[in-house]
Amino acid sequence: MQAPIVPRLALRGITKVYPSVVANDSIDLDVAPGEIHAILGENGAGKSTLVKIIYGVVRADAGEIRWDGRPVIINTPGAARQVGIGMVFQHFSLFETLTVAENISLAVPGALRELSTRIAELSQRYGLPVDPRRPVHTLSVGERQRVEIVRCLLQAPKLLILDEPTSVLPPLAVDRLFGTLRQLAAEGCSILYISHKLEEIQSLCHAATVLRAGRVTGTVDPRRESAQSLARMMIGKDLPAAVHPEPSVEREERLVVSGLTLPADDPFGTRLTDVTLSVHSGEIVGIAGVSGNGQKELMTVLSGERLVEPPEAVRLCGAPAGRLGPRLRRARGLAFVPEERLGRGAVPPVTLAENALLTAAHLDMVQSGFVRVAQTRAFAARCIREFDVKASGPDAAARSLSGGNLQRYLVGREILQQPKVLLVSQPTWGLDVGAAAFIRQRLVDMRNTGTAILVVSEELEELFEICDRIAVMFGGRLTPAVPVSKTSVAEIGEWMTGLFPAGRADAGAGGQR
Amino acid sequence: MSDLLSALLAGTVTAATPLVFAALGELITEKSGVLNLGVEGMMLMGAIAAFAGATTSGSLVLGVVCGALAGAGTAALFGVLALTLLANQVATGLALTIFGTGLSAFVGQGYVSLTLIGMQPIAVPGLSRIPLLGPVLFTQNALVYLSLMAFGVTHWFLYRTKGGLVLRAVGESPESAHAVGYKVIRIRYLATLFGGALAGVAGAYLAVAYTPMWVEHMTAGRGWIAVALVVFATWRPERVLAGAYLFGGMTILQLHAQALGLAVPSQLLSALPYLATIAVLVLISRDAQTIRVNAPASLGKPFHPGD
Amino acid sequence: MRLRLESRPEPSQAMLVASPVIATSLTLAAGFVLFLALGQRPGAALHTFFVAPVSTWNGVAELLLKAAPLVLIAQGLTIGFRANVWNIGAEGQLTLGAIAASALAIRFDGTTSGWLLPAMVAAGILGGMAWAAIPAYLRTRFHANEILVTLMLTYVAALALSYLVHGPMRDPQGLNFPQSILFGESAVFANLLAGTRLNVSVVFALLMTIAAWVFVTRTFAGYQMLVGGLAPLAARYAGFSESGAVWTALLIGGAAAGLAGVGEVAGPLGQLLPTVSPGYGFAAIIVAFVGRLHPLGIAAAGLLMSLLYLGGEAAQIALQVPYAVTSLFQGLLLFCLLGSDLFVFYRVRRVHHRSSIGGRP
Repeated sequence: MQAPIVPRLALRGITKVYPSVVANDSIDLDVAPGEIHAILGENGAGKSTLVKIIYGVVRADAGEIRWDGRPVIINTPGAARQVGIGMVFQHFSLFETLTVAENISLAVPGALRELSTRIAELSQRYGLPVDPRRPVHTLSVGERQRVEIVRCLLQAPKLLILDEPTSVLPPLAVDRLFGTLRQLAAEGCSILYISHKLEEIQSLCHAATVLRAGRVTGTVDPRRESAQSLARMMIGKDLPAAVHPEPSVEREERLVVSGLTLPADDPFGTRLTDVTLSVHSGEIVGIAGVSGNGQKELMTVLSGERLVEPPEAVRLCGAPAGRLGPRLRRARGLAFVPEERLGRGAVPPVTLAENALLTAAHLDMVQSGFVRVAQTRAFAARCIREFDVKASGPDAAARSLSGGNLQRYLVGREILQQPKVLLVSQPTWGLDVGAAAFIRQRLVDMRNTGTAILVVSEELEELFEICDRIAVMFGGRLTPAVPVSKTSVAEIGEWMTGLFPAGRADAGAGGQR
Repeated sequence: MSDLLSALLAGTVTAATPLVFAALGELITEKSGVLNLGVEGMMLMGAIAAFAGATTSGSLVLGVVCGALAGAGTAALFGVLALTLLANQVATGLALTIFGTGLSAFVGQGYVSLTLIGMQPIAVPGLSRIPLLGPVLFTQNALVYLSLMAFGVTHWFLYRTKGGLVLRAVGESPESAHAVGYKVIRIRYLATLFGGALAGVAGAYLAVAYTPMWVEHMTAGRGWIAVALVVFATWRPERVLAGAYLFGGMTILQLHAQALGLAVPSQLLSALPYLATIAVLVLISRDAQTIRVNAPASLGKPFHPGD
Repeated sequence: MRLRLESRPEPSQAMLVASPVIATSLTLAAGFVLFLALGQRPGAALHTFFVAPVSTWNGVAELLLKAAPLVLIAQGLTIGFRANVWNIGAEGQLTLGAIAASALAIRFDGTTSGWLLPAMVAAGILGGMAWAAIPAYLRTRFHANEILVTLMLTYVAALALSYLVHGPMRDPQGLNFPQSILFGESAVFANLLAGTRLNVSVVFALLMTIAAWVFVTRTFAGYQMLVGGLAPLAARYAGFSESGAVWTALLIGGAAAGLAGVGEVAGPLGQLLPTVSPGYGFAAIIVAFVGRLHPLGIAAAGLLMSLLYLGGEAAQIALQVPYAVTSLFQGLLLFCLLGSDLFVFYRVRRVHHRSSIGGRP
């Protein structure tokens, strides 16, 4: 009889309780040596907390961690690294003004020159090309992730944890990453892969532990499960049926951008080149692409936060709008839900009613310079009711709401203004499935009543679900928008890496990034 | 004529020295992401401590050491409030200035009329005979030489050592530095204390070498000019040095105005350094990009791990 | 067992009110120790400092008289601080207001017209605003940091004043002393209460308090500036003008300080002197903070700060304690407030060192 394999990492009964929520409830987990193990769950299920406990960033309230069979105490990231655990976070901890080698030297002992050689070696070996001498702010997101991975690998980890690594990668880069991970696993390194993307897990991982609301709902081999069964373990019920928008009759052009070229106003920003776009009433146009390719810059131009010359470069409801600020554009029927919620879409310490004033003030909330408090509260209450926001009332502080509820409020605030043009950036990022489905449905509803909608999103599935036409933003350029029915995820994925159709090919930045 | 030029340049060096110390100290502090506006208060504390120490003990060196300690001690107060208790750094710095001004005036009451024989210039053998450069650069007192060494050390530290790299990383992104495992608060404390010590030495220089005496408010805004210098220099030590000498020159101009035949009211000349500060600030800040790229990104923002 | 700071989900309402009280108590305690160290009897010294000055009607009048410029300026500054516009140069703006008003008083000396005083008030306000317009312009046009510009201008203002009282504005019959003529009857505020020096500046302060309260709590402009200070990205998103906020903040602050300047030269001073203010412009910053950047709190804090001034004077006379003890207390008060403010946003938790992780039996 074969002796049972001692798991590289074993968790027993890990529990973590926060004042408002039980993040982890008695979690058991086993990862064998050389195994690629997924931690699967929707946003808010407790994956990040669990992984932070393993890496020593957070201390568990109860439970035990065993490494190669022996109990260990991991109370700092340093201790985790000593044990042999490396982690690549979803949000990188890199220093933009320093070079790759300098960044790595901050975490890995060794002289700069020697490190540079090792970096070059490692990156060759695992197919993660990086130039040690480049300052990090010149790197793309994909390249930065490679720096983070190389940094981990330099310490020869026996367990590598990756937290949602593909949320920032175009499809081709995902394949390359998977190749690297398989190579590492084959060499005996265990991998803990956190994600909510079913297809990727099914293609990459040997085992998966599914979390829901802080508890383990299943430990399975994802290759033998169906998407439905995994989804059921993840959210407790079947995936909500995809919304099929009916094609609607296009009417007028509501938002038109013609040949916009704009230098970046930020040393780390992206220059926009020859951007052309038009959104009609009754349609949803989506812009796909990895963040950092100019989407942010484009949105600030459309919302009025950045003014452009000539004024005709942006036309709103038929009239030139390049020189109009956000308030004037809102008066003309524009509404915008930005990707940063707290801090930009809402003022965190201020109440929901007061946050209504931020964009909806023109709905009768100001009279002769004075604020009509009753109006603001009535508006907020209506928004809370119609958009199912879980909050204690219009006087709740914006930052007391969970991410999903705040987004419901923000989307609601803009929709209640009955805009002619609605801009939305990353509408469902970080939201649980229920909130995400709700918001997508409301967007489709708006479209059906004639609003022109522009959605920027990193999630291709979402765009294919709700959009009528889709375009790709890459390196500051925008492809023409094609009807969704005439393209595919694969084709759009290609465009996202810069391989545009002939005629719009970008000679400068083309090729794999 | 060359005597006048020599006197002007030598005077520039001596007048610039307190700015060099204070600005270099504030540079290191700000590089770690901490905005300490209390430089004026720290300098005054350093001045009175140095004067008191020197007159009491008879040793100028001891006086300077006292000045450095007083400056660091005052900075520690800032550190407790801004780094541990997470108070607003602008308000805390202002409080420090007001407090330091008041405390130094209070303690200094008994020292106002005392006299002290200040630091004498030390001629560097051989080099001090070089025409023009000799008297200007190589016949200065010990603290002036120390200030030039401080510049060298600061530059080397920031750009050639791991410690300097860590400091710059902390200033750019304390969250990332914390994630990598560095003790952000401790590093910021060290940077703040260092800045305070140098500000204290700057004050000590004023009271023990430049004009050996104690008068309330004797720094006359130099601490604020030092803060402005750091911005003007876009947080680079060599530009801090250049800027300090520019302002030193401005101060000397005022003193030698009569000899130069300038028929301008003395108050206008006294106002020159302040007006010049505004002018250079405007010139540097005009291009918002320059500030963005060079300023430590986390400057002035409190850091609390786990937030 | 260790202590850990934990962020509160909501700022503590109780601490918001209690914090200034705690800060004051801590300052008093420090004062107790200070007087002890100075060889004074602490109880008597604290009494001389804090109680004696207001035990007569004249004392109360003096309290209000000194509180008026503090409250006036602090209300103006607060509107800016809430919007993240840091006007540190109120002292200089006060000086310019005093100079402008004095210029009129000197030019029209001898007239009995009832228009002189209102004109002086207007001149003072305009003078302060003009001095504050410089940093406003430099910040909006060149991104120059207003902390440094306003501060530098304070030194320049003091030098300008020195030049003027030594030269063009000096009293020709004044035996070469650096001071202007004593202003005539129609250029000086009347006393509101016989036997005291109380004048209309108290009314100005009251009006300003009310105006600030309305502005901050009820107007859309006040809301816009608040957002600009709390979340600049949100202000941009909303289309609130940042330069508008900067100009408003600085001009209001400058106007208030200029008005306070008139209050000094047309009030207790009665002439233009090399120093027209015992640091009101800086003390007002402390008043603003201790008053929690709220118009009503500022009124209370202004009275407290005024008491510190009076106490300093009294202690100097009665106890031979140096006058600088006033700025000591002021700085200390601000320190204590900043420290105790922590507990509005954070609470202290005891954390037990977990040795049970790792599975030891």
